[in-house]
Amino acid sequence: MADGHSLALDETGMTVPAENSGTKRLHVMIMIAIALALLAAPFFVYPVFIMKCLCFALFALAFNLLLGYGGLLSFGHAAYFGMASYVSAYGAASWKLPPELAILSGVAVATLLGAAFGALAIRRQGIYFAMITLALAQMVYFFSLQTPEFTGGEDGIQGFSRGFLLGIIDLASDRNLYWVVAAIFMASLLGVYRIVHSPFGEVCKAIRDNEPRAISLGYSVNRYKLTIFVLSAALAGLAGAVKAIVFQLATLTDVHWSMSGEAVLMTLVGGVGTIFGPIVGSFVIVAMQNYLAGLGGWVTVVQGAIFVVCVLTFRDGIIGALAKLIRKPL
Amino acid sequence: MTDIFGIPSQVLLGQIVLGLINGSFYAMLSLGLAVIFGLLNIINFAHGAQYMTGAFVAWMLLNYLGINYWAALVIAPLTVGMFGMLVERFLIARLAHLDHLYGLLLTFGVALIVQGLFRNTYGSSGMAYDIPEALKGGTNLGFMFLPNYRAWVIVASISVCLLTWFVIEKTRLGSYLRAATENPALTQTFGINVPLLITLTYGFGAALAALAGVFAAPIYSVNPNMGADLIIVVFAVVVIGGMGSIMGAIITGFMLGLVEGLTKVFYPEASATVIFIIMVLVLLVKPAGIFGRPA
Repeated sequence: MADGHSLALDETGMTVPAENSGTKRLHVMIMIAIALALLAAPFFVYPVFIMKCLCFALFALAFNLLLGYGGLLSFGHAAYFGMASYVSAYGAASWKLPPELAILSGVAVATLLGAAFGALAIRRQGIYFAMITLALAQMVYFFSLQTPEFTGGEDGIQGFSRGFLLGIIDLASDRNLYWVVAAIFMASLLGVYRIVHSPFGEVCKAIRDNEPRAISLGYSVNRYKLTIFVLSAALAGLAGAVKAIVFQLATLTDVHWSMSGEAVLMTLVGGVGTIFGPIVGSFVIVAMQNYLAGLGGWVTVVQGAIFVVCVLTFRDGIIGALAKLIRKPL
Repeated sequence: MTDIFGIPSQVLLGQIVLGLINGSFYAMLSLGLAVIFGLLNIINFAHGAQYMTGAFVAWMLLNYLGINYWAALVIAPLTVGMFGMLVERFLIARLAHLDHLYGLLLTFGVALIVQGLFRNTYGSSGMAYDIPEALKGGTNLGFMFLPNYRAWVIVASISVCLLTWFVIEKTRLGSYLRAATENPALTQTFGINVPLLITLTYGFGAALAALAGVFAAPIYSVNPNMGADLIIVVFAVVVIGGMGSIMGAIITGFMLGLVEGLTKVFYPEASATVIFIIMVLVLLVKPAGIFGRPA
C-alpha cells in the first residue's frame, strides 16, 4: 500500500508507538496474566463459552497476522477456517481419527489451500487482493454446497464423538477439552508473538509500510507475502479444526463469506496490528452475539453498525487506543 | 426439434438467453463498480445491497402504492441513488484521506445493515413480482420461443450500458469525470467541483445497481439475499476484466454471463464456479485482467 496510509497507521501518519525497554517486560506480564486468566476461567465461566471465544480468537489472530503485519486484507479467511473444520469433522466422524490427527489433517488441508490461494492472490494488490480472496473463498463455499457426500450438505457433519486425545484423555468431558483448547491457544499466541518479532516479521512489516522500498532493498517481497499468507491460513485452519472438535459440528456457516467478515470485525474492534487486539475483539463480539442471540436477525444489523462506527471513529480499536494511551505497543 | 452437440436447441438457446440476462446484471453492476472505483478508489461492497434494495423498492411501490413497473424503473434508481449520495456525503467522504481498504470495510458494514433490515422485515424467502402486462407472453422466433420480458431486459440493459459509455467517453460531463479520475487535484484547480462530482458518481453507481435490481425483480424472486451472492461473482468479473475500461467492464460482463449459461448446458455441476475458475486462469496468465493496464 505505497499510495496511502496502511491500516496500522492512523490518519496523522503516526505509526503505533515504538518499542522501548519496558515493552518486552510489559508483554511478558500480559502473557502471564492471560495464562493465569485461562487457568482460572473455567471455574467462573461456562467452559464451552470460553472455548468458543478462544477458537474465534485464534481465527482473528490468524487474520490479523496477515492484515496487521503483512498489510494484506483477506476477505476469504472462511475458506481455511471452514475447510479445516470440515476435514477435521470428516476425519473424526468417518475415519474415526483420534482428535489430534483430525485437527492436524484439518490444518494440513488449510495450509495447502492457503498456499494455492495465496500464490494466486498476491499477484494483485490492495483492493483486488481483497476481491480475489473473497472470490476464491466463495468457490470453496460452492464446492462445499455441491459435495454433500463430504460436507453433509445443509445438515453439515455433526454428532460425532470428540474421542480420546493421544488415546488417553477423554475429551467428552468439557473440562478436559478446555485444558487442551487453552493450551493450543496459548501456544499459538506465543507462536504469533514470536513470528511478529522475528527478523521475518520485521521484513513483513517493512513490506506493509513501503513495498517498493522493500523491493529496492533486495527482498523478494512475494516470498514473504506468500509465507505470511500460508502461516495465517494454517492458523485459521487450526481455529476451524479445533472449533469442529469442540462443537462436534462443521457446517456451511463455517465457509460462508459472513464468517470471513467476522474475523475482520473482531480484529477491527480489538485493534488491527496489535498482538492482543484480536483476542479482546473476539471475546467482545462472541459475548455480544450470545447476549443478542434473542434478537435473531438484528445481530447482523448491529454488526454492520459496529463496522461503520469503528471505521469512522474508532480505527485504533480497543487495544490500539489503549496502546496509544500508555505509549507502548500492545 | 433439432439438436446441437446432442443438446436440444431449445434448451441450448434458452440457456444462452438466461446467460445473457445474467450477463446484463454482471455488466451493469461491474460498470457501476468500475465508475465508482475510478473516481473514489474504493470498492463498493454495498453494491449488492443496492441492487437488492432496487428490487425491493419496486416491489414496495407495486404492493403498497400500486405504482407499476414502468414508474418503478425511474423511481427505484432515483431513491437508491439519493440514499447512495447520502451515504457517500456523510460516511464515505470522511475516509477520503485514508487507506482505500477502509472504504471497503465501511461499505461492507452498510451492506450488512441494509441486508439485515430487509431480512428482519421481510424474512429470507423470496417474494414474487409479476411481469408487467405489456411484456407478458413470448415471441416465436421459428427456432426458439423467446419470452418477451427476457428480450426486454437484454435490450434495455445493453442500451443502458452503451448510454453510460457514451456519457462518460463522449460528453462534457464525462470528460470532467475522466479528468477527475486521472488527477482530482488538478481538476479541482480548473474550477470543477470534484467533491460534488464524487457524490454524483457514487449516486449514479448505486442507481445503476438499483436499476439492475428492478430488471431482476420479475425474473428472480425479490429476497434480501439476492445481492450478497451476486456481488461476489461481480467482484470476480471485475478482477477478470480489470477496472480500467468502461467498455471492457460491459463486454466482460456479457461474455461471462454467456459462458456461465453455456456451462449450465454442458456441465451443470461447474456452472456456479466457472466464473471463479476463469478468474484463476486470468490471474495466472494476465494478472492485470483482460482489459486492465499493468500496475
